[in-house]
Amino acid sequence: MSRDTVLVSADWAEQNLDTDGVVFVEVDEDTTAYDAGHLPGAVRIDWRTELQDQVVRDFVDRAGFEKLLSAKGISNDDTVVLYGGNNNWFAAYAYWYFKLYGHRDVRLIDGGRKKWELDGRPLSTDVPQRAATSYTAAAEQDRSIRAFRDEVVSAIGGKNLVDVRSPDEFSGKLLAPAHLPQEQAQRGGHIPTAINVPWSKAANEDGTFKTDDALRGLYAAEGIDESRPTIAYCRIGERSSHTWFVLHELLGLPDVKNYDGSWTEYGSLVGVPIETGSGKGSS
Amino acid sequence: MSGCGAPVQTAQLPANVDTGREVVLAGRVTTGGAPVRGAFVRLLDGQGEFTAEVVSSPQGDFRFYAAPGDWTIRALHRSGNGTATVTASGPGLHEVDVTIG
Repeated sequence: MSRDTVLVSADWAEQNLDTDGVVFVEVDEDTTAYDAGHLPGAVRIDWRTELQDQVVRDFVDRAGFEKLLSAKGISNDDTVVLYGGNNNWFAAYAYWYFKLYGHRDVRLIDGGRKKWELDGRPLSTDVPQRAATSYTAAAEQDRSIRAFRDEVVSAIGGKNLVDVRSPDEFSGKLLAPAHLPQEQAQRGGHIPTAINVPWSKAANEDGTFKTDDALRGLYAAEGIDESRPTIAYCRIGERSSHTWFVLHELLGLPDVKNYDGSWTEYGSLVGVPIETGSGKGSS
Repeated sequence: MSGCGAPVQTAQLPANVDTGREVVLAGRVTTGGAPVRGAFVRLLDGQGEFTAEVVSSPQGDFRFYAAPGDWTIRALHRSGNGTATVTASGPGLHEVDVTIG
């Protein structure tokens, strides 16, 4: 795994907007961002209504994913280039979905929508009409990159647990990021033995990823043991997709899972251990 | 389930926000006295660590729900960047504007 196969620059993206076999997909939490202007030719995927099951708290199943990509006009052989706002959180989340269902060639635009806008690159309000395809998912979900709660509880003290939320969320001071009202009811804190490496430490101010050397140094300094499996989590699993991308796709750690249940699940479980405070000095 | 992304920024506080309980940091991004829309507004904590990011509204507005302490607001835009600081002693609305250029 290397940057060449998982990441493209904004320059590359602009030069390949019309390239056959390359499909640009915007994934934002705020889907109105697409309506106000998107990369020319890009289609939209709504993470909440199109990637999530609308009844059960879970992802769309294999058939649902196939139906979605077919309707979007995406083929199995297409290079899918994802980008979005929020420093690519939801684009990274979608990237992880595409990998769960085995899409062959999927990439992120380094810096996402923010870098694109800061560069003053073109945006369009035209919605492309792509002919429907017959997409076939390569496999059932690849569980080697998705962690569930029981595995997380049993990983305490064993695997690397990386909490990628902000320090105040990690300590229990806040229950959600600081741009959201703090209305959640679940308990605050973090999973015991987790280290706190906020997702933002992996990104530059303009949203691009830091260099491989800087990233390796960052996680080593925070105490990740590369010989052990790693589970990343946040509040709902999208910021931790960003870190999963860094650890698994950029740095090539072999066993990295994203715990998409994350704190909204863990912090509401009855009886599981929770630690508060900075976590420094815990075993 | 709500995501972790920022809601659309407005000058008026949502009705469900209790300023008797919440520490609200809010203001406008301007350049030459004019509001700047679409700026990336980043909240950094007292150690300079990134905490949150929103996009300014058409009127240049931004808002964060934080905790008591010293905060830095950093705004990025294709026309320039700017920085401002604010200290929140407790719950309530703490106003802070950022000029870019």
